[in-house]
Amino acid sequence: MTASALLISGITKRFGSLVANDAISLELGQGEVVALLGENGAGKTTLMNILFGHYVADEGTVEAFGQALPPGDPRAALAAGIGMVHQHFTLADNMSVLENIVLGTQSPWSLRLDRAQARSRIRELSRDFGLAVEPDRQVAALSVGERQRVEILKALYRDARILILDEPTAVLTPGETDALFATLKMLVAKGLSIIFISHKLHEVMAVSDRVLVLRAGRIAGERTTRDTTRQELAALMVGEEVQAPAVAPVSRGRALLTLDNVSTAPLGGGSRLDGVSLALHEGVITGLAGVSGNGQAALAALLAGTAVPADGVMMIDAEAIANWSPRTALAKGVARIPEDRHAVGTIADMSVTENVISERYRSERFSSRGIVDWKAARGFAETLIRDYDVKCPSPDTRIRLLSGGNIQKLILGRALDPEPKIILANQPTRGLDVGAVAYVHGRLLEARARGAAILLISEDLDEIMALSDEVRVMFRGRISAPSQRGERSIRELGELMAGHGAEAAHHAA
Amino acid sequence: MIEAFEILFTASFWVAAIRIASPLIFATMGELICERAGVLNLGIEGIMVVGAFAGWLTVYMGGDLWFGVAVAALAGAAFGLLHATLTVPLGLSQHVVGIGITLLATSLTYFTYRIVLPEVTSPPRIEPFQPLPVPLLSDIPVVGPALFNQTPLTYLAFATVAVVAWVLYRTPLGLAVRAAGENPSAVEAQGISVNAVRMGAVMVGSALMAIGGAFLTMSAFNSFFFEMINGRGWICIALVVFGSWRPGKALLGAILFAAFDAYQVRLQQLTGGVVPYQLFLMMPFVLSILALVVMSRRAAYPKALMIPYQKGER
Repeated sequence: MTASALLISGITKRFGSLVANDAISLELGQGEVVALLGENGAGKTTLMNILFGHYVADEGTVEAFGQALPPGDPRAALAAGIGMVHQHFTLADNMSVLENIVLGTQSPWSLRLDRAQARSRIRELSRDFGLAVEPDRQVAALSVGERQRVEILKALYRDARILILDEPTAVLTPGETDALFATLKMLVAKGLSIIFISHKLHEVMAVSDRVLVLRAGRIAGERTTRDTTRQELAALMVGEEVQAPAVAPVSRGRALLTLDNVSTAPLGGGSRLDGVSLALHEGVITGLAGVSGNGQAALAALLAGTAVPADGVMMIDAEAIANWSPRTALAKGVARIPEDRHAVGTIADMSVTENVISERYRSERFSSRGIVDWKAARGFAETLIRDYDVKCPSPDTRIRLLSGGNIQKLILGRALDPEPKIILANQPTRGLDVGAVAYVHGRLLEARARGAAILLISEDLDEIMALSDEVRVMFRGRISAPSQRGERSIRELGELMAGHGAEAAHHAA
Repeated sequence: MIEAFEILFTASFWVAAIRIASPLIFATMGELICERAGVLNLGIEGIMVVGAFAGWLTVYMGGDLWFGVAVAALAGAAFGLLHATLTVPLGLSQHVVGIGITLLATSLTYFTYRIVLPEVTSPPRIEPFQPLPVPLLSDIPVVGPALFNQTPLTYLAFATVAVVAWVLYRTPLGLAVRAAGENPSAVEAQGISVNAVRMGAVMVGSALMAIGGAFLTMSAFNSFFFEMINGRGWICIALVVFGSWRPGKALLGAILFAAFDAYQVRLQQLTGGVVPYQLFLMMPFVLSILALVVMSRRAAYPKALMIPYQKGER
């Protein structure tokens, strides 16, 4: 923390009427880790894109090691020793690790790419900083954690002195996160400075020296990590105290959807159900825990209508279903909150209006004689934007331009508006910030109070424990017997998730 | 039946096959470079027409043969620049622009032809490139005449494949070109301009397409006439897919197609008019489609092909 590595002063950036960054200043010392904490849409990524030259700021300057950086020039940022690990990796899948790393480091007019020299340099860097990855493998064959290591190696290969990590843990497993933190410690020990962007409080606490909290484009506070608490940071981040959802008792009604010994053919990813029996009751949230890839995708597909039972009986309202399809599912009152809100939940390049009526454009409310009633559709979109507090310029905005939290609110609104009897909520809060998570939870609990039967699939055990009246665990396509709220501890659930006692539980069910 | 089989072992058949393949090789390499950088260049058909005409006209006006090739390449690069300007920085639809370039280039060529040669009924001739036998090698039976007794432009075509392969896989420039076609944001993040890479690739690729066209008027034949390109450009687009975007495999595809073409002509003569000749004309195309179906099923196409890159867009 001797000299300053990076000095950002008075950065302001406007997108139309939205002020994404409002007079932000930040100083980063050498060998220091500064965390930039804030909810999605607080302006963290915008600030880093300005720093790296992807955007040009309307006001303000950036200095690296005492030298002013020309705005809007990534090349200058790279030359000044700034390396950025983007949230969405900038890797070419069909090329090797080595090719991705050396891209742009040699003069384009040299006649030969020096692979041997690059390979040994990459091996050396991997060894020094615990970034194990084989230079000659195709990026397409790498795990997400390995890809991130390649991104970090890209920066180190160019002798970066300042490393910016944008939401680096969003895609990592807990083990990979620990390994990343270990690497960061080694980098700091070598004198690198790091800006760590995150909305996860415990990570910020674990890895940073200093925390800068951003809220709505402004700096809401600055704290030395040692002297602060998670509660204080959370309060700064959302501007108010965050409370755990209050779960009121709701009486358990009749079974709305039952599966009796249902098996399915494997999906593309191999996910399948193997003799699953399950009942979703009115006013009950059934939490489904499990390590990803144990059949949750198959169960979700079955409820959503994109898969059909190969064996066994599926009943809705005590009536065996026939001709099961997404359309039938919607008609029978099954609401879907899909796992991947970008790929499955929405059509990125269509407008908010078009997306919110996409499940119901055939209904009388939105069309007559095959002609869409755009006035009604637009009115519906405006209602959802207002009622669900979606931050979005207009119903005509392409949905791709909204943040993840706002997209999820629209999906939630679309699913819950017809007051569905059965709700499939698959990873409903993945990747959302604290405020948005609380919002989604609140809406699901409202639906439960109204008597909906909800299946909550989540990899977040805290979420399962907080919301579910009944918890089941999936393992290798089979499902455990239910436990009531508070009956099984996290440790016991963890054992079921790892497969211990799953067979016995299955037979008991 | 035996005679049909024997054709395959005659030197004249292979000489013809390699000659037919030569323009396809140039244009296929040109298209391959464009697509590797992420730009589908449907202007290929028109750019080949331009190249055929520009090269021939230069020589007809008294220019040197090699000067003609250079003029053809420059004319191709100019249309490449137009295509690239519209599709790369402006990000317009590559399909629409490509077809537009083909129509524009073809019509402009015919128009120029009429302006330059208003009174001519039969196309004037030039003295084309002559075969240049390679000593010793050209004496090898069958292979010798086919590969080593061709015009210099054919040798250049084969050399082009080697150069393209070397540049794509062994140089930093090729790496940038391939990355621009796979994930342009990876290129931008490393401080290289995606627009510069893509525009450069389209211009160089278009120059090669034009040389492919020039081969027809300056090496295969000795004059320019309308409908000369006759869909060869479209065939090259298929050959790029057939070759899985790899120069070596695309070269094989070009030779294979040319061999079918040379074969069907000889087969026509053999059957003596009993079978309608259109069936034979159709053969190379049908076989190409079949080969394409088989080969391209596991082809890994450039991920960012046909996707315009706009800096700073989410």
